[in-house]
Amino acid sequence: MIYLDNSATTKPYPEVVEVVGKVMETYYGNPSSLHQRGVEAEQVMKQARQIAAKALLVKPGEIYFTSGGTESNNTAIKGVAMEYRGRGKHIITTQIEHPAVYDVCGQLEQFGYDVTYLPADADGRISVEDLKQAVRPDTILVSVMHVNNELGTVQPIEEIGAYLKQFPKIVFHVDAVQSFGKVPFLINQWGIDLLSISAHKFHGPRGVGILFKREGLKIQPLLIGGGQEAGVRSGTENLAAIAGMAKAIRIMEEKREKAAALYTEMTTRLRKGIESIPGCIINTPAANTAPHILNFSVPGVKAEVLLHTLEEAGFLVSTRSACSSKLNEPSRVLMATGMGRERALSAIRLSVGADNRPEEMDQFVEVLRDAVQRLRPYMNV
Amino acid sequence: MTYDVIMIRYGELALKGRNRDIFEETLMRSVKEVLRPFEQAKVRRSYGRMYVELNGEDADGIIERLQRVFGIISISPTKRVEATEEAIKEGALELIRSMTPAPATFRVVTRRADKRFPHSSMDVSRMIGTHILRNVAGIKVDLHHPEAVVQIEIRAEGTFLSSQTVPGAGGLPVGASGKVLLLLSGGIDSPVAGWMMMKRGVTLEAIHFHSPPFTSERSLQKVRDLAHKLVAWGGNIRLHVVPFTDIQTAIRNSCPEDYLITIMRRFMMRIAQRIAGDNKALALATGESLGQVASQTLESMNTITSVVNIPILRPLVSMDKVEIMNIARKIDTYELSILPFEDCCTIFTPKNPVTRPKPEQAARFERRLDVEALVDSAVERTEVEEITTTSLEAGAELF
Repeated sequence: MIYLDNSATTKPYPEVVEVVGKVMETYYGNPSSLHQRGVEAEQVMKQARQIAAKALLVKPGEIYFTSGGTESNNTAIKGVAMEYRGRGKHIITTQIEHPAVYDVCGQLEQFGYDVTYLPADADGRISVEDLKQAVRPDTILVSVMHVNNELGTVQPIEEIGAYLKQFPKIVFHVDAVQSFGKVPFLINQWGIDLLSISAHKFHGPRGVGILFKREGLKIQPLLIGGGQEAGVRSGTENLAAIAGMAKAIRIMEEKREKAAALYTEMTTRLRKGIESIPGCIINTPAANTAPHILNFSVPGVKAEVLLHTLEEAGFLVSTRSACSSKLNEPSRVLMATGMGRERALSAIRLSVGADNRPEEMDQFVEVLRDAVQRLRPYMNV
Repeated sequence: MTYDVIMIRYGELALKGRNRDIFEETLMRSVKEVLRPFEQAKVRRSYGRMYVELNGEDADGIIERLQRVFGIISISPTKRVEATEEAIKEGALELIRSMTPAPATFRVVTRRADKRFPHSSMDVSRMIGTHILRNVAGIKVDLHHPEAVVQIEIRAEGTFLSSQTVPGAGGLPVGASGKVLLLLSGGIDSPVAGWMMMKRGVTLEAIHFHSPPFTSERSLQKVRDLAHKLVAWGGNIRLHVVPFTDIQTAIRNSCPEDYLITIMRRFMMRIAQRIAGDNKALALATGESLGQVASQTLESMNTITSVVNIPILRPLVSMDKVEIMNIARKIDTYELSILPFEDCCTIFTPKNPVTRPKPEQAARFERRLDVEALVDSAVERTEVEEITTTSLEAGAELF
């Protein structure tokens, strides 16, 4: 089986698995305990925090460990909404966010907040102009993803951050779950206040992630209890997973350039090959995209049918964000780009990872060519 | 621009006569130590300069480390070229083109240390300036307020082009001024005092009084971490960990409460003097600042130090808390220092410590204790740890 669903989750590096196991065996102390075991566990966590801080070019005190992307996004958005509700109740986000942002904003609407969802263009990119129009005196938060998880489109985070610098009271949150390790970002230079990361997207363990929170920014915690993570995220730290994540970050840092070249080569091969198949349309824009995602449609063929056909031939792909793929509706994100319902319903997302090889992409193209050929008679054109 | 050599300039201070060699050797050791993580980088020196050959290592990372080495006046990332007119022209052009944002004005400054080079400094500057003017559209020469300076150094060991000069930490290289034993608690002041002593070129050893079970492994770890921060400024630090529990209990059991701190500190001085003597340190250093707490009045200092006859250096004596905290932030010890763990000074805090203790009084109370035996035993059981730039923590093998 060739796995092409790395945007959903990745296979952990063997070294990561080893670290997780070792920490569970050896450093089983609670980092908050006062005895020797606790001190050792705390030291492991401290090093993991330093590794994360170094990779993000921020201070260790600005790294908060969470259970993953969803929790980081929830903590950021609700944390700001609750902390600054006296200042205003207007939030700006986009129509193409992951549900962990989009649905959280929806939930806040029920609590009386006012949310502006910025539209996207045909490439799945939002416009900074739209954002400028949307800013109001009572805006407290702007939350925009860096790389779109379905299309791979890169959003103009740097420009948004530069614009928002004139509004020191607007907090800027970036969901970087799909970009970390694939598309570089500069938290401080770009004026980012909060940023979410998830370990299982870069060959780390699942159930662990990072919330970057700029020093000095106050937010209300989602989880309250023992006061761990400086009170921002109570709950005994998942040390094994945290250490595994740090290991994955370290490996990723080492391989960053090679990986970027490899991913680009693979998606470029896919793009060329798929373009040459009659009936296939590439949905991922050619420029300003992440190197690991390629989305395409075969209008007339239901995505799920194509997915299973490809699976029979040995390729595991995705129809869209794995988190919502069980719904029988076209993707909200793809519809937001203005593409037709049929094309959206037939979209397949390919996402490559560290374990994939360029030759596999050629094999995939051939399998797809064959599958489309076979399915053609059944297309409801 | 990919640089290949980093040039280090150090002052003329203390460079007279035979000191010069010691100075340079010492600085070289510090530089090598802080650059240990950069395995490919090679350090070498040549009269009046030091060079780090990058061999592909990250220039910014290395510069960042070097900025924390005492004794360095300034640092320039440089490109090394052949000592030919063509090569210098080409290199200078590449250098100026790589600058972002592109400068509107520039000047060329040449130093020709190697007089075998056939053109004078002025000639070289003129030649290179002309070459840049011809090849970079719109750029102008400004001798007084240029946006970019192309520096050319023609030396026997090579010709170096640079455009950037980063200030160093100044001071004297650690090791150039002999050895001092620092009384290192977990507080804000003592690491700053240590840093200021290092700045004057002393080799630091540190002594810490550990009182388990009153103080925890965490508070000791905090002290190690603080020492580790100081190591980043050059030289390793030997940390002497003195078991202090017995002495503290003995004092507590037989001396009056208001004198507890005074007597405790007298014991610290006695032990520190012994450790200093055993390790060839010629002075003690403390983070005391006059009037900050009860044990830091002049009367207190007098009473405390009357039991020893070693010089006691107090670099912070006239500073106020805000100044000290600012330095602590700058040297990145502040965040560590404020972590709330018990240390040997906080466990015995009497309600009303005496602010004007008298040496005779303290001595009278101490007669109830076997001072010599207590000190001997503590010195004997003292453990030494080496704090280096790469001191390992539990779990370091995981990453």
